[in-house]
Amino acid sequence: MSRLLIQGGRVIDPAQNLDRVCDLAIEDGVVREIGTNIEDPGGSERFDASGKVVAPGFIDIHVHLREPGFEHAETIETGARAAAAGGFTSVCCMPNTQPVNDNATVTTYIRAQANRHASVRVYPIGAITKGSAGEELSAIASMKEAGAVAISDDGRPVMNARVVRRAMEYCRSLDLPLIEHCEDLHLSAGGDMHEGLISTRLGLRGIPRSSEDVMVARDLILAEVTGCRYHVAHISSQYSVEMVRYAKGRGLRVTAEATPHHFVLADTDMHPYDSNYKMKPPLRQNQDVRGVLEGLVDGTVDAVATDHAPHAGSEKMQEFERCPFGIIGLETALGLALEQLYHPGHLDLPSLVALFTHKPAEVLSLPGGNLRVGSPADVTIFGTDHEWIYDVNRSPSKSRNTPFSGWRFRGGPLAAFVGGKLVWQSDLL
Amino acid sequence: MLHRGLLDIESLPREEVEAILLRSKDFQPPAGETFKRSDTLKGKTVVNLFFEASTRTRMSFEIAAKRLGADVLSIAASGSSVSKGESLVDTLNTLGAMRPDAIVMRHSASGAPHFLSRYLPIPFVNAGDGTHEHPTQALLDALTIIDRRGSLERLRIAIIGDIAHSRVARSNVFLLSKFGVQVVLCGPASLLPREMGQIAPGLELTSDMEEAIRDVDVIMMLRVQLERQHEAAFPANEYFQFFGLRPEHMELAKPDVIVMHPGPINRGREISSEVADSQRSAILNQVGNGIAVRMAVLERVLAG
Repeated sequence: MSRLLIQGGRVIDPAQNLDRVCDLAIEDGVVREIGTNIEDPGGSERFDASGKVVAPGFIDIHVHLREPGFEHAETIETGARAAAAGGFTSVCCMPNTQPVNDNATVTTYIRAQANRHASVRVYPIGAITKGSAGEELSAIASMKEAGAVAISDDGRPVMNARVVRRAMEYCRSLDLPLIEHCEDLHLSAGGDMHEGLISTRLGLRGIPRSSEDVMVARDLILAEVTGCRYHVAHISSQYSVEMVRYAKGRGLRVTAEATPHHFVLADTDMHPYDSNYKMKPPLRQNQDVRGVLEGLVDGTVDAVATDHAPHAGSEKMQEFERCPFGIIGLETALGLALEQLYHPGHLDLPSLVALFTHKPAEVLSLPGGNLRVGSPADVTIFGTDHEWIYDVNRSPSKSRNTPFSGWRFRGGPLAAFVGGKLVWQSDLL
Repeated sequence: MLHRGLLDIESLPREEVEAILLRSKDFQPPAGETFKRSDTLKGKTVVNLFFEASTRTRMSFEIAAKRLGADVLSIAASGSSVSKGESLVDTLNTLGAMRPDAIVMRHSASGAPHFLSRYLPIPFVNAGDGTHEHPTQALLDALTIIDRRGSLERLRIAIIGDIAHSRVARSNVFLLSKFGVQVVLCGPASLLPREMGQIAPGLELTSDMEEAIRDVDVIMMLRVQLERQHEAAFPANEYFQFFGLRPEHMELAKPDVIVMHPGPINRGREISSEVADSQRSAILNQVGNGIAVRMAVLERVLAG
């Protein structure tokens, strides 16, 4: 029998309304007891968490691990290590691999690779349509059986409303959430950054806010008609947040996630023609940053997700318009959330932890996200005040595409346990 | 001086613009004569790297560099390593290893020279980047206006056409606004984003050609760039009727109005032949001034 005692930390588990300084006892990878001054029956490993926060393992419901097919940019192993270094003990990986995860064989392969190589839990997301081509439904039920937790054609949104409707109906019978990357490809065609004053000044083609809003509106209408569990990926427009709020008010089974970069940065923060600021949806305007932030505060937005999107250096070292979209984000997510949401007082610590734990778990019905006795002991230890500087060159990720290298943070991840096993700890400890 | 090159007008101080224009005057040849030769840039090597088709700008830079005594190498993208799939950074690193003193570059991607100059220590002269800027065009336009009007002060200038996709419009707007010029931007709304009105002070926007031209000192027509149209932003068959410059428009402007165009012109599409060939047209003066301005720019980049 293996025992671990995490002692003296501030244990925050929003799922149980728990927030107090105490100990956490773990036995054979499972939470056994939460209490003050838990006695060591002998032979326990100890982890001193005094002055630190002890939270359920963080869950990121939106990452790209690039395997199979793009292992030069990331693998399940390196992506999982980056996740652990960000305090994430579970990640959900998008299906835009090569081949696309549109059938049970690929889903099974990803899970097998994860079992062999990943230090954190990996949950695959299947494609909505075959090859994510937007036409024919993929083998959705078989993928669910093989372990897919949701479906999405992330990055290649389904433009045909009839196809989306059928997918939603099918998903309803499976109780499987459908995740949409909301972008009307006709409106955004050729765009490289948010359409506004900055794109006009720089002579770059714009991705209008309306390309997101139109798609969110369409999908909310279809979600109501079909009764499907519908999730908006990386919401970035103020108007879209308002629409999701309205849909929730109508009682729809609708959820949304926001990335740290969308609640921290606006298009005015971009370094001109620097591809580390190029992603979809693009960095929008200050009003949108505020809108997303308000959504996180009032519960319209259910989860923080990173949309960790590794690209090899050579792909990002090109003319801005030729660079692929996306930035990595696992290691900076908590630091950015503390900086933008907690330190200014928008959210208290339990509410912030909820956005990383039981709320994303509920969005996709994942196990975990809490520290209930008997649950797998996935635990994230973090600090709220220690100063640190993010240096992407030390990242376990294979890629370096981030605008946040060199940023100074107050508080961030310190250690991560998966099933009671320490999978990462910071040099700062 | 411009020892780090010339990437755009927006970040160029007004004093630098004035210095370039003043020096350009020295290079303008007397009527009937050709450009004087000098040895100012003897021993310097300038590479003209054109990733986009261009005749006048490339020739103009070539003549300018040669008149100053520099060695010039002109490379067009087709036939170079670019067509063999080499990335832009690799191409430029290779070129850079051959130690040219400056690279004059035209590229279809906005910001391409800005991106490169972050990684390469060689000075770049931007000869047009995508739909962003064309700095030497704005400088030669300013010189042409000064030739006829004496200065840029207190002028009212209309820029008409496909503003959204025009690097000429952006560079001119940035330059003219530094001198307090009132600039009217005119085109169909689908080619005239509202945000254009905020990129510099002193801008007015209109989709009414007559309103744009009323009492202006200068009319700058832009080429209708069908090659930059990703989709139909305007019905091409009625463009000339509403946004083409015709003789009857000239009555609305100041009596001594100057008509300019960066070329190549599309007769009967954005400008009528009568106007293009009239006394008011300064189109050929612009071409000549292109050489003088580029001599001044290359000298400031490379001399001393």
